[in-house]
Amino acid sequence: MSEPLLQLEGVHTHIGQYHILQGVDLLVPKGGITVLLGRNGAGKTTTLRTIMGLWHASRGSVRFAGGDITQSPTPEIACAGIAYVPESMSIFSDLTVRENLFLAARGVKSADQMDEARLEWIFGFFGALKKFWNQPAGTLSGGQKQMVAIARAIVEPRKLLLIDEPTKGLAPAIIQGMIAAFRELKQTETILLVEQNFSFVSALGDSVAVMDGGRIVHSGSMAELTEDRDLQHKLLGLSLDTHQ
Amino acid sequence: MTTISNVAAQDSALPKVRVDLLPLLLVPVLALLMLPLIGSFPTWVTLTVAGLAMGMMVFMMASGLTLIFGLMDVLNFGHGAFVSVGAFTATLVLLPMKSWVEADSILLNLSVLGLAILLAMLVTGLLGWAFERIIIRPVYGLHLKQILITMGGMIVAEQLIHVIWGAEQIPLQLPTTFRGAFIIGDAALEKYRLIAVGVGLTVFVTMFLVLNRTKVGLLIRAGVENGEMVEALGYRIRRLFVGVFMAGSALAGLGGVMWGLYKETLTAAIGGEITVLVFIVIIIGGLGSVGGCFIGAMLVALIANYAGFLAPKVALVSDILLMVTVLLWRPQGLYPVAKR
Repeated sequence: MSEPLLQLEGVHTHIGQYHILQGVDLLVPKGGITVLLGRNGAGKTTTLRTIMGLWHASRGSVRFAGGDITQSPTPEIACAGIAYVPESMSIFSDLTVRENLFLAARGVKSADQMDEARLEWIFGFFGALKKFWNQPAGTLSGGQKQMVAIARAIVEPRKLLLIDEPTKGLAPAIIQGMIAAFRELKQTETILLVEQNFSFVSALGDSVAVMDGGRIVHSGSMAELTEDRDLQHKLLGLSLDTHQ
Repeated sequence: MTTISNVAAQDSALPKVRVDLLPLLLVPVLALLMLPLIGSFPTWVTLTVAGLAMGMMVFMMASGLTLIFGLMDVLNFGHGAFVSVGAFTATLVLLPMKSWVEADSILLNLSVLGLAILLAMLVTGLLGWAFERIIIRPVYGLHLKQILITMGGMIVAEQLIHVIWGAEQIPLQLPTTFRGAFIIGDAALEKYRLIAVGVGLTVFVTMFLVLNRTKVGLLIRAGVENGEMVEALGYRIRRLFVGVFMAGSALAGLGGVMWGLYKETLTAAIGGEITVLVFIVIIIGGLGSVGGCFIGAMLVALIANYAGFLAPKVALVSDILLMVTVLLWRPQGLYPVAKR
């Protein structure tokens, strides 16, 4: 396995009186897609938000690209090269698609200065964005909003993308398009992907970690988990056959 | 190669963007409906211009507050303090430079007003910075504490004004060339009210351009909708907070100068008295919406003027009635701001 880009060691996170993460150890290698699986309430979203500094770890360490970001403020973590696509997408609905991407392009002062070649690369994955370029993002469909959210994360090169349940609530046809997009994306980007849709991630993931009760209970290669139905059943309470 | 920004324009299959024009139409429709009730065209013109002028001044005071609430989720009941401080700070220019105020020269009058406005905005902007750091910062996310502490802040500010300027009313003289009215036909258009309309429109257009054409403006709009995501994109929302709070306070100071000159007397309570009206305006407009705040201010002021002429007793409650009516129609205000 290549040197980890992101490393969580014994991370605990409390939200109010609730002890959500209870010692998470996670390695994300550079390149490809690492999938974080687990049932509802296992702590997947909290893990991403803790990495992003939106909630701070009460114990343990988060190291990214050789530096300690455990207590760093969110903007500093973003500037270090981590992009975040939350489960709720959190697009700015009053702003156009263009303005949403412009705000994510920290390196430019006006929207016209955005890298056109990179935008064309993004439009290659998400053609609808070109069509709706000057539309307020709030007027788009759920799938298109998800495209905006992901495009916003990749409008400039980033070292790591944290993507939380991108297929949630999307139609199967859109999910197929998303699989194709992620296949392309993982050639150049490192992605930590939280998902519950096992058939979606089994086609994409390179490595996998499974969470339960605020801890990582399994980590290994995605191919291994995909082939081992007993392990799937044990860890996730499902097998690929029943989930497809 | 086709530029990306032109792609949407070339595609005829694009869905239409729904533009909500109804609230925009309210102001002209209201004005036109009042014409037959008032009966006299010159009186209607005079009342309408007076209403628009008052609306512009209320907008200046309210626009900062609506942004502060929208972006920072802060209920600043002390906003009126900046109005009072702005108006009193203006006296530091207007009273010693009385000769410029009384001079029959539009240039000197404009200069002295400009200086007074500049000083008032500078002082209230700096006061806003201190207010945010000392009073607001410890109570982010705690609405009840915000209400209590900001009201307390306003009381302290009023008492400090008493200490510095005394408890007596201070007469504030309008610059000579701003007095009187233009008589057009039988309609009298007060010069100062026209100036207030001009200043208000300038503020509105500037805010519109900043919010829509600059990256900082887009960040403010995005922050109003979802501050957490703005941070996740790599921007320090705290700096935006401070900047918006200072700008909002400075605008209140500007409104205070204009309002003080409009009333021609100053008391320390001038800000507190207008606070309720300012809150009504931002609630009608939709909390966080500058456009809604502008329309709300025009509606409140026009209705107050028309009602004052047609049914003076109704004028006492006209703003409350307007707010109730608007909220029954649109519970989130005229232009609700999308929130995460």
